[in-house]
Amino acid sequence: MSEHSQTTVDDQAGGSPPRTPRARLGLLAGSSVGRNLGLVVALLILCGVGVATAGSQFADVDNMLTILRLASVIGVVSIGMTFVITGGGIDLSVGAIVALASVWATTLATQTLAEDTHWIIIVTTALAVGIGCGLINGLLIAYGGVVPFIATLAMLASARGLAEIIANRRTQIVTDRDFVDFFRGSVLGIPMLVLIFAVVAALGWVLLNRTTFGRRTFAVGGNPEAARLAGINVRRHTVLLYVLLGACCGIAAVMIVARTTTGTSTHGTLYELDAIAAVVIGGTLLAGGRGTVTGTVFGVLIFTTLSNVFTLNNLSSSAQAVAKGVIIVVAVLLQQRFARRSDTRT
Amino acid sequence: MTTHKTPRRRIAASAAAGLSALLLVSACTGNTSDSDGDDGGNTAVSNNDETGDTVVIGFSGPAADHGWLGAINSTAQAEADEYDDIDLQMAEGTNDPSQQIAQVETFINDEVDAIVLLPTDGAALTQVATRAMDAGIPVVNVDREFSSPFAARTTILGDNYGMGVSAGTYACELVEENDLQDPVIAEIAGIDSLPLTQDRSQGFADALEACDQTVDNRVAAEFTVESGEEQAANLLQAAPQIDIIWNHDDDQGVGVKAAFENANRDEFSFIGGAGSCNAMDWIENGEMEATVIYPPTQAADGIKLARLIAQDKGMSDLVQVEVPKRVVLNAPVVDADNVDEYRDLCFDS
Repeated sequence: MSEHSQTTVDDQAGGSPPRTPRARLGLLAGSSVGRNLGLVVALLILCGVGVATAGSQFADVDNMLTILRLASVIGVVSIGMTFVITGGGIDLSVGAIVALASVWATTLATQTLAEDTHWIIIVTTALAVGIGCGLINGLLIAYGGVVPFIATLAMLASARGLAEIIANRRTQIVTDRDFVDFFRGSVLGIPMLVLIFAVVAALGWVLLNRTTFGRRTFAVGGNPEAARLAGINVRRHTVLLYVLLGACCGIAAVMIVARTTTGTSTHGTLYELDAIAAVVIGGTLLAGGRGTVTGTVFGVLIFTTLSNVFTLNNLSSSAQAVAKGVIIVVAVLLQQRFARRSDTRT
Repeated sequence: MTTHKTPRRRIAASAAAGLSALLLVSACTGNTSDSDGDDGGNTAVSNNDETGDTVVIGFSGPAADHGWLGAINSTAQAEADEYDDIDLQMAEGTNDPSQQIAQVETFINDEVDAIVLLPTDGAALTQVATRAMDAGIPVVNVDREFSSPFAARTTILGDNYGMGVSAGTYACELVEENDLQDPVIAEIAGIDSLPLTQDRSQGFADALEACDQTVDNRVAAEFTVESGEEQAANLLQAAPQIDIIWNHDDDQGVGVKAAFENANRDEFSFIGGAGSCNAMDWIENGEMEATVIYPPTQAADGIKLARLIAQDKGMSDLVQVEVPKRVVLNAPVVDADNVDEYRDLCFDS
């Protein structure tokens, strides 16, 4: 990233954050409430529409949990994506990594091993595949000097191809009931999948806003050269960001295997677009240097709620696609309006 | 996104672009077809099956990216293996029309005796199929139709509209049998932009109309397990009480079924489509009411017809001495009563 592109994107995004890295860091901690206000309003409007059109069906506890459950898989991926984009990168291979991890974790060999020992084998396999793919992405980008867009595009193609080869383009059914029941279960009425999403989101928030790792991520995304001069090992940090996202893809793969009781090379289709959209709507700068986990969570919830409201009203998938586009624009406009206000206050 | 424009980086980036293009190509062409097929179950008794002149048949179809297409390839291969006088030239499955055109051109140059073609896109392959016909090579068009009557000697099709009609008719029977008052009927379609999905939905709606019913809730998935689960989860929230659900496709049905289990809902009669082995298992276990067959053996039938055409034979159970111009396969309903008969025709998702 060059500094020039940085400033122009800021202008496009409507905010006018201070230009020096130090002031930028100060701003990040303070203004997240103001930044997310627009998203909260957008989500409330959606919920209002839901209640107005589908009343008790929408406001039902079961329905709320369904929305959250559907949001959790893409949500976990989006939180990892927030880190990569904040750090000035992009990852197009997330969906393919989820597919590969889901397939690898459900092969006959893995499942047999899991049955002989414990279903944790399925989980560790998925995590290992995710982290491995993330590591390859990170090394190619940080040490190979390949542009993130291209490196992850290559991973997108090869990971899904490998998933097809391993699964022989078949759907692999999970036979381990203990595994499925554990992830299908609830804790205090909250579905396990939603709980995992909440934990990942909370950890992500702390990591980004309260740790050296998070501060370094902002610095690397905002101005890699300045970060290097400040003594940050930019290359190593970049690798870690992609590994983190890979791990999130591994977690998401476990969740989707449990949710659908299958591993297949068609899992995770178009996750890259959904995740990037959720992250950007949430207020993370596509150019890097500014990011918000809370915003990302709202971004994911807006999309999931949208399709739920549409299905409750029995509207067609084509209408959903149009609305999705409109919502993206409306959410971003709202968010900019509120962000500008909060910027003038800080 | 911008990068530092040092020469080294630029070289690295272009090398990576080349590499990724290579990976894209290799990822999209990997295709294996296992021949665990079954025999087509010959019921007609005639001398047609006696070994005749050896015929070279070229077969080209889409990449087997889901269970049904995998079964198309494996049953075609298995059917060819049944006959000593068939020399099957199986082209690599592909979803790229231009690559498929090249494959047909190769068959024409090799002067094969017949071509069996399941086009990735019927319209896109029409011209090259016409050229094959002009060169005197009979073309058997399978499942997706050409846009010209001159492009094929024989066309063999599944019946998407008929599938919807079968499902709707079966639903009407359920309504009558169980004396359902004002039943809630839901539909989980496949990809809505495809003509085949539109045909299925139209057939379903038309058949329901015959018993004064309509589809109350409808969602569209994408033929994948994940989309099936997602859409079904929302659908179950939209309708707290459902009597009948028709899901167009058993491949996505695995996800639909998972959604039922996730929501602890089973108050409805669940009807599927296509006829996967999973669906047959569920029917046997009482977890599914029925499924409507969309035969994965069409290409195998195409091979058999191509052989007859090339050997100048007719169909044994017809008086007419030539193979018909058009064969539309039936879309029968499989339920607990007849699942044994159709077991052999099922395919793995």
